[in-house]
Amino acid sequence: MSQLVSSTDIREWSGAPRMKGLTALGAVILLLPLVLPNAFYYDVVIRIAVNAIIAIGLNLLIGYTGQISLGHAGFLGIGAYGSAILTSRYGISSLPALCVTAAAVALLAWIVARPILRLKGHSLAMATLGLGIIVSIVLTNEAQLTGGPDGLSVDGFAIGRVAISGEKNWYWIFSAVLFLSVVLAQNLIDSPAGRAIQALHGSEIAASVVGVDVKSYKTSIFVLSAVFTSIVGSLYGHYSGFINPGVANFATSVELVTIVVVGGMASIWGSVIGAVLLGVLPQLLAGHEGWDTVIFGLVLGLSIIFMPRGIVPTLQGWFRERAR
Amino acid sequence: MMMLKVSDLTKVFGGVRAVDGVSFAVHQGTVQAVIGPNGAGKTTLFNLITGLYTPTAGSIEFLGAEISGLAANLLAARGMSRTFQNLQICMNLSALDNVLVGAHLQLNGSVLAGLFRWPGLAQTDRRLRARAADLMAFVGCGAYVRADAASMPYGALKRLEIARALMSEPKILFLDEPAAGLNHTETHEIEELVRQLADRGLTVVLVEHDMKMVMSVSDRILVLNYGRKLAEGAPVEVRNNRDVIAAYLGEEMVDG
Amino acid sequence: MLLQFVFSGCTLGAAYILAALGFSMIYNASGVINLAQGEFIMIGGMSAAALSALGIALPMAIVAGVVIAALIGAAVERLAIAPTRKADTTSIIIITISVSMVLRGLTEIILGKENHSLPPFSGDQPIDFQGASILPQSLWVFALSAIIVVALAFFFGKTRFGKSMLATSHNRLAAQLVGVDVRKVMMSSFALSAAIGAVGGVALAPITTVAYDTGVMLGLKGFVAATLGGLGSGLGAVFGGLFLGLCEAFTAGYISSSYKDAVPFVLVFLVLTLRPQGIFGVKSADRV
Repeated sequence: MSQLVSSTDIREWSGAPRMKGLTALGAVILLLPLVLPNAFYYDVVIRIAVNAIIAIGLNLLIGYTGQISLGHAGFLGIGAYGSAILTSRYGISSLPALCVTAAAVALLAWIVARPILRLKGHSLAMATLGLGIIVSIVLTNEAQLTGGPDGLSVDGFAIGRVAISGEKNWYWIFSAVLFLSVVLAQNLIDSPAGRAIQALHGSEIAASVVGVDVKSYKTSIFVLSAVFTSIVGSLYGHYSGFINPGVANFATSVELVTIVVVGGMASIWGSVIGAVLLGVLPQLLAGHEGWDTVIFGLVLGLSIIFMPRGIVPTLQGWFRERAR
Repeated sequence: MMMLKVSDLTKVFGGVRAVDGVSFAVHQGTVQAVIGPNGAGKTTLFNLITGLYTPTAGSIEFLGAEISGLAANLLAARGMSRTFQNLQICMNLSALDNVLVGAHLQLNGSVLAGLFRWPGLAQTDRRLRARAADLMAFVGCGAYVRADAASMPYGALKRLEIARALMSEPKILFLDEPAAGLNHTETHEIEELVRQLADRGLTVVLVEHDMKMVMSVSDRILVLNYGRKLAEGAPVEVRNNRDVIAAYLGEEMVDG
Repeated sequence: MLLQFVFSGCTLGAAYILAALGFSMIYNASGVINLAQGEFIMIGGMSAAALSALGIALPMAIVAGVVIAALIGAAVERLAIAPTRKADTTSIIIITISVSMVLRGLTEIILGKENHSLPPFSGDQPIDFQGASILPQSLWVFALSAIIVVALAFFFGKTRFGKSMLATSHNRLAAQLVGVDVRKVMMSSFALSAAIGAVGGVALAPITTVAYDTGVMLGLKGFVAATLGGLGSGLGAVFGGLFLGLCEAFTAGYISSSYKDAVPFVLVFLVLTLRPQGIFGVKSADRV
């Protein structure tokens, strides 16, 4: 064993700190139903969970790997509509429909990833933005299949023969998916693959010369984040019972990026906190036309100016400074 | 044994022949220096050999196999490692993680394995982390073992890059201006380091401007000028070569 | 019918040229992709429309609309861009998105959600030409675009301030060293881009009406046009704008009117994958 590293270091490398975070999350999930007064609040919490799960996947792409995507709502839309159409039109049961849709999204993401991940900066932003808008336009126009701008109603969800309905049951489903997402994302970041993607964010050249296949990792993370988003989109469609093309539009993509940026780039907990903040904010602004856009914009802008790394990493930095 | 054989290597950028028909060979266990005035094509040569540029013409043989045009990450798998003239450090990672990423190919880098926490990953990680810490001490930046790369001074970062390059236990190490921007003491320490590596049998190819270091540490020197080979040989021969002296005439270079 | 599509394509194209020029100018001066450019266009049109509705004479309303947009452009540069110049590309893109949200939201609050319109500058009788008709307002759009393109060429080629702007875009430090007031250049580039965009917004308003969210698509399409032609290239902006306008018009006419909005994004996807620097752009290389 090396003389330079202590047993504290070893323990830290084994992931002791992350257990604290997971325990806290688990506690919140278990205790929250005791304080939520009615179905409306469950709905808010569920929406927050949905955003958090997508944000975690998106953060892997934007924060950790450093590839911006301004079109992720497109995957959300495909996930929601894919499941909806397969279940209501073709009578396929919901769980297989979700899997098939996720597989289709994975394939689509893989196909578009290869050409666009060669791009950087604003070109990548533009390309992803374009893809998202194209999806949104297709969903709006193919009214035969998707119900067009008026939207589509979605059948209920069932695991095997057990039908899931009602906010309280969905709460447990989404909480479980959120918990799982956090665990999986943490696993990935702590692994050699996680290190490789962060390295390629820091310097693609350095990563290549040590053997990292940069293109392959960028593609994998892009596909992974697309699949996360699709799965959640499918579940959300079933939960909400009704979807419209707005779920895939540019504004939604911007909202998702806002959560990642404000909560904390390259921070899984940042995405959770960001989702909470930006899920609670509209509730406070409900009904004030135009103000929600202004406030969102201000929160996003001021956050990037004063806390460029996002809330959670900035706070973590402060605590570390104090500890010295 | 011949480790590296470069034949008629040429790279043309637009109208500029950055490297023009260069041929040389590097034998195992030797230290080969590549020197020349600024703009002579040294870094381009490195970039061609290590897979960052594709040659316009010519061939590169490494351990008997043709490698020209192969991507950099594939060459890492064959035993090549390098450092950079303009530091390529991942400032978003800790110092230790920077070094650890050098061992990427020795670990299971699959995304799925990472997601599902494949058994053994953590254990191998810990072992390699300890080794990374040792390497950092060996190259002389052990004080920063718990630091973030972003907080390290320039000299320490240069060494960090060397530690990262050594992590993969390479067969050949390319050092691009390892002493650039360092003071006398630091340069001497790098010189010592290169000598230690050579003593251990590592094949080293280095680009350097510090002639004192080059003369003292190299077995052979290749001199480039305007992309072409000007001279090649043992330090003593190159030093007395008229063409080499002419090329450097007027430049403050030899300091004894 | 072909001629009709050409006319509508050129009208759209002229507006896109102005939007694209705005993008390219800011990109040239500062390397920033200003995703709030669309809002500058919208503000020009909305201000003019609002003032005109209040009874102010049309020419004054038009000028006021452009001036207001220019002032807001300058303010955006001072408040949101200058303090964050050193941030990375992703962050700056996000900042401009946030600016666009603030501007859009404020317009919604102040002027409401409805469509606003401006009276045509010189009458609304369509002019018949070879079986197709064209609105006089469209001719205004062409004319104003052409004038601005020529004026910009003169500005950057012959005037001192224009040249100092170009110098700043090539090498900020060097420009500072030769005495260029870089801060003034930056602020002016934003003000000028906003003004150019606003002219487009004002000229289009009589034809398409404006609302608080008109800027979103217009801005994005302007960006696409600039990218198609090559970001930073004036010639590219003209080419990109015209090409995009024509493609949209032909798609709407011959294929499907509801998919015309997808055209810019399909085009930009193709351009970015096949020739990322655009038609007239220059490939950039990284030094290792």
